[in-house]
Amino acid sequence: MATRHDTAALPVKGGAAPGRPPAGSSADKDERRRAKLSRRWQRDARWSPYAFVSPFFLLFAAFGLFPLLYTGWASLHQVELTAPTDMNWVGLRNYTRIFDDDFFWNAAQNTLTIGIISTVPQLMMAMGIAHILNYKLRGSTFYRVAMLAPYATSIAAATLVFVLLYGRDYGMINWALDFVGVDPIAWQDDKWAGQFAVSTIIIWRWTGYNALIYLAAMQAIPQDLYESAALDGASRWKQFIHVTLPSLRPTILFTVVVSTIGASQVFGEPLLFDPNKSASGGGEHQFQTLGLYLYEQGWVNQHLGRASAIAWTMFAILIVIGIINHVISRRLRASS
Amino acid sequence: MRARTLPLSRQRSGGGKPIARKALAIAAVVSLGTGLLAGCADDGGDDSDSSSGGGEGKTTITLGLFGTMGFKEAGLYDEYEKLNPDINIEENVVERNENYYPALLNHLTTNSGLQDVQAVEVGNIAEIVATQSAKLEDLSKASGVNKADWLEWKWQQATTKDGQTIGLGTDIGPMAICYRKDLFEKAGLPTDREEVAKLWAGDWAKLVEVGEQYKKKAPKGTTFMDSPGGLLNAILSSEEERFYDADGEVIYKTNPAVKNAFDLAAKAAEDGLVGAQTQFQPAWDQTIANNKFAAISCPPWMLGYIKGKSQPDAAGKWDVAVPPKAGNWGGSFLTVPKSGKNVEEAKKLVAWLTAPEQQVKLFEVQGSFPSAQAAYEDKAVTGAKNDMTGDAPIGQIFAEAAKQIPVQIIGPKDQIIGQGLGDNGVILVAKGKSPKEAWETATKTIDNNLDK
Repeated sequence: MATRHDTAALPVKGGAAPGRPPAGSSADKDERRRAKLSRRWQRDARWSPYAFVSPFFLLFAAFGLFPLLYTGWASLHQVELTAPTDMNWVGLRNYTRIFDDDFFWNAAQNTLTIGIISTVPQLMMAMGIAHILNYKLRGSTFYRVAMLAPYATSIAAATLVFVLLYGRDYGMINWALDFVGVDPIAWQDDKWAGQFAVSTIIIWRWTGYNALIYLAAMQAIPQDLYESAALDGASRWKQFIHVTLPSLRPTILFTVVVSTIGASQVFGEPLLFDPNKSASGGGEHQFQTLGLYLYEQGWVNQHLGRASAIAWTMFAILIVIGIINHVISRRLRASS
Repeated sequence: MRARTLPLSRQRSGGGKPIARKALAIAAVVSLGTGLLAGCADDGGDDSDSSSGGGEGKTTITLGLFGTMGFKEAGLYDEYEKLNPDINIEENVVERNENYYPALLNHLTTNSGLQDVQAVEVGNIAEIVATQSAKLEDLSKASGVNKADWLEWKWQQATTKDGQTIGLGTDIGPMAICYRKDLFEKAGLPTDREEVAKLWAGDWAKLVEVGEQYKKKAPKGTTFMDSPGGLLNAILSSEEERFYDADGEVIYKTNPAVKNAFDLAAKAAEDGLVGAQTQFQPAWDQTIANNKFAAISCPPWMLGYIKGKSQPDAAGKWDVAVPPKAGNWGGSFLTVPKSGKNVEEAKKLVAWLTAPEQQVKLFEVQGSFPSAQAAYEDKAVTGAKNDMTGDAPIGQIFAEAAKQIPVQIIGPKDQIIGQGLGDNGVILVAKGKSPKEAWETATKTIDNNLDK
């Protein structure tokens, strides 16, 4: 930082000898030129960072902020996909109707249950895997990369493979169940089977990602903590409970927040899980999530106003979850 | 680490005129912003570039299609390109109409990203006619188009109230009843197509009665028909007035024809005459492969579908009988958006592709039944046979059915209503709910989906 040109340029201006050089028009001009240059440098140093970060914010404004605000505006209108510019003001009707929209609450409930079925085992498994990977292993880099492979797979490709696995008549999972004497399960038709199946896709995809985050945090835990715990006679399990877990608390909170946000937006997996019913999430909306219901209202039923109101309601729910999380994390920090 | 070095802006002490700075910042933002917006706006242009390009000064006409419409497979593009050496044809196909149609609407309302020719499915044509006709060319006066070639109702479906015809019909789906001769025989029913047709002539309720007879001596594990939704769909498609009245009002809940059809299909489901399946689900495909049902309402394209899902030994075991009442299931239209790059050339191509001769070629290769009645006398149609139905003269049977299809009142949301009555209605009866419950679930779902 010491080489910033505006400060570095200063000594040159005065030269080694302090005091003004003899007054002359050429020197005067020279000084003005230097001052001008210096100002330009200052401006450059001051403003170019903004120019450098601006691409993100411009993209955000165009593809994040504008859609957000426009969606808010549209949610107060009756708008149809057949004529998106033809808006009819309806005030808060799109929001008030949500309260007695059974399909919305069904979707909200499904989102919650799928969120729980997918997030809780996912994070617990991630913790276990991270713990194992934290030991000195041969080829540990290989395992770490392998953990991340599902995350790098596209949702569509992964879901289509899972659809095959969960097929009622020729699926591998029913075939395996048959070996242990369980009757074939209609994964697409049954409510809990469907939700479970959708959750497994999410678990498969995100466990490795969370495991790597846990692993990174575990490696930052000072080794001496374990040594002193070992000296006190703590077993490996006790070390995990009393050293590892408390040190990971902020990381766990982070993954919980990210997973919760992810769970509230689950869309691709249930959309593709029943390719024939797609947006309705099963024939009787068994695994229709909020994201899917939004999509159905907007793109299948063509009610953009209603879809916008659903989007904003989801946003509001997320904010509430965020606040709850904030309160819990503050309590936790205070208690530690 | 993070806190140790201050951000650059915090380190400096001052300097620079605030207004000049602001101006510079605004200039930077504006220049980057316009670049960004220009990038967005270019998207539409890119599409049209490809349609007007084509190396050696050829005109490229692009078609936006869904599913397998078969123009390419029937060699029609090659033929047209040979007839018109300066034309080059490209198609852009989306597999499923439910993905194709929202995008098409979006492109029409924003007038960008459209192909020179866009296909529209019959389930959506009423909505396109009602809401997007201003964006589409009137094809009735295009050269080579002769209104009398088409079936009256097909022509009307794509015609606005003020007489503009914005789409030309390609195929239709005249419905018949396909049945398994072997299963009918085992159940003690006649197998000759004339006699079978007599069993239910004129009344869908009679068809359900035949189902009751079938059930008494049914081969084990089989049902009379494939699915409650399929039966309901068949009954409804033979009604002149079903979900909308002539004024365009939604009347599906109060129309006795709809309720009767629903009750009849629900009764068939309650009595176990139909499989507890939803059509086009993998599980339903399995019932075709395993010969689990004896009859199905089938337009010509359904024979192709059955063939695709059947075991080889099912070939020739099917036959086709005239349905209780004629109806239509499926079919498409070709439209020409006004904002296309090659509107005139596109109109010529559409007129050619939908002309009777080309419809016959399409029927020969793809099995898409012509909507041009002029084609019904053609030998290729009258002599048509199908692997699944042996020597049954399916061309004649379907042509006869096509002529009897009523001029049905169609509405913009027919698809949503029909799907709701089937997928959220009668199928529930087959799964154990009462018809009353199923009707309530269906109407509730439909009303929610229709409510703007």
